[in-house]
Amino acid sequence: MKRIKSAASGILVPLAALAFWQLLSSMGWVNAVILPSPMQVLTKWWAYLRPLEAFDPTQGSYLQWCFTGELIQDALGSLYRVLVGFLIGGGLALPLGLAMGYSKLVYGLFNPLIQVLRPIPPIAYIPLSILWFGLGNPPAIFLISIGAFFPVLMNTVAGVQNVDSIYLRVGRNLGASRFTQFTRIILPAATPYIFTGARIGMGTAFIVVIVSEMIAVNNGLGYRILEAREYLWSDKIIAGMFTIGLLGLGIDTLMSRLSSHLLKWHRGLEQS
Amino acid sequence: MSGASHISVQGVHKVFQSGGQEVHALKAIDLEVPRGEFVCLLGPSGCGKSTLLNAVAGFSLPTSGAITVDGATILEPGPDRGMVFQEYALFPWMTVEQNIAFGLQIKRTDKTALQARVDELLVLLNLQDFRKRHPKDLSGGMRQRVAIARVLAIDSPIMLMDEPFGALDALTRRNLQDELLRLWTELKKTILFVTHSIEEALYLADRTVVMTYRPGTIKRDLVIDLPRPRDVASPAFNALKKELSQLLMEEQSRHQQDEFKGAAVD
Repeated sequence: MKRIKSAASGILVPLAALAFWQLLSSMGWVNAVILPSPMQVLTKWWAYLRPLEAFDPTQGSYLQWCFTGELIQDALGSLYRVLVGFLIGGGLALPLGLAMGYSKLVYGLFNPLIQVLRPIPPIAYIPLSILWFGLGNPPAIFLISIGAFFPVLMNTVAGVQNVDSIYLRVGRNLGASRFTQFTRIILPAATPYIFTGARIGMGTAFIVVIVSEMIAVNNGLGYRILEAREYLWSDKIIAGMFTIGLLGLGIDTLMSRLSSHLLKWHRGLEQS
Repeated sequence: MSGASHISVQGVHKVFQSGGQEVHALKAIDLEVPRGEFVCLLGPSGCGKSTLLNAVAGFSLPTSGAITVDGATILEPGPDRGMVFQEYALFPWMTVEQNIAFGLQIKRTDKTALQARVDELLVLLNLQDFRKRHPKDLSGGMRQRVAIARVLAIDSPIMLMDEPFGALDALTRRNLQDELLRLWTELKKTILFVTHSIEEALYLADRTVVMTYRPGTIKRDLVIDLPRPRDVASPAFNALKKELSQLLMEEQSRHQQDEFKGAAVD
């Protein structure tokens, strides 16, 4: 009952906004090219989602056919780039972050360079990325990797540096080797930070993928909304934007579910 | 002399640098602990009792002097001197079982023996029903049981305990004190136990070493030869309690004077 109530109150403001939007359009207060009506956006959304051609069994299974819609193809393209970019960026950041957090020497060697590079927004790498990688997926993935790299790196470093020294004292007391201390104490103790970094990195990757698709590739959600502008299809632009929003929300929810499942031991630890 | 002692502390000094000042945490400490004895280090905060325990554990070595165990000088921490910390220090990502098994895995105990040992300790400390739980789901008393089991697992001949029951409520505390005495009688460990509670020291120890406030020296080395289980209401117990209170009050007032001067660094 409580949940229904809170869900109901949560939907109140969006419904009001939607009603206001519909009112604007129905009364003809705004030009439909500038702001199409919600119904128009919804219709376009459905058209964008639906497979373009009729189902033909000779071309493959029904399930495959379901995925031939433009929207689905764009979303899959964007997701693919996010995933590959995140894995490359995060995959490089994790070992470097562990080494920097663990060893003062490594930290001293890498930190100055990192501090200089970190404030450069991934978007500023666009010209260079095109110069280096041309067009297509490689420059996009390069940009996404940069976007994912720094959040994972900084959080991993902080995670290792903030391991409570009492755990290391216990480890030494029980006779753990340095290797065992690292793998069985430092690494698990740092995972809450690392997961936070991964979640932020995933969010950044998702922002960067939209930008990079606007300049380097000719599919994906970012490309599609820019293309729609050329034809003044504002309904498709808005449909695309909502898709981006929902997909981003979906990814973040998934990341947070995954981390709270893996960090069951950690939940509410601060309070106890 | 050190032949008879299990732990031998000889002429130990410990000097810290604190805010550009030299702090003499320990000064000329001599202490002999025979095998199987239960010794309490008692004193106000800042008297260096934890510093001394950490030196025996090997976490922070003395500035001068020597500490030996079975005649061998201590240079680093080791599993022959298992430590139970005040703040439990259980690994929160491990279950009760995994926490207890950790020290055994380091010793590369084979799987069957390890499981048998863990099972045995779970029973010994009444933790059978909690084996799959994580520390955050345990009460303070339960956590300290796990911490004790974790040290018992590696079967170190010496147990170092740093105010292990300080954070527990009175009832849980008495309960664990009795448990500890039972384990100590059964397993014949040498125990060095830090506390600031007079009653705890009198209830547990064969011998209570009272330390002075900065510089930490030994003020009184008192043998408690009351029969166990000790009756905290008995006249003999209370006579000793009164004596120790007197000693401690003197140190406490020095501590307070120091604090008012703003010189106390804890």
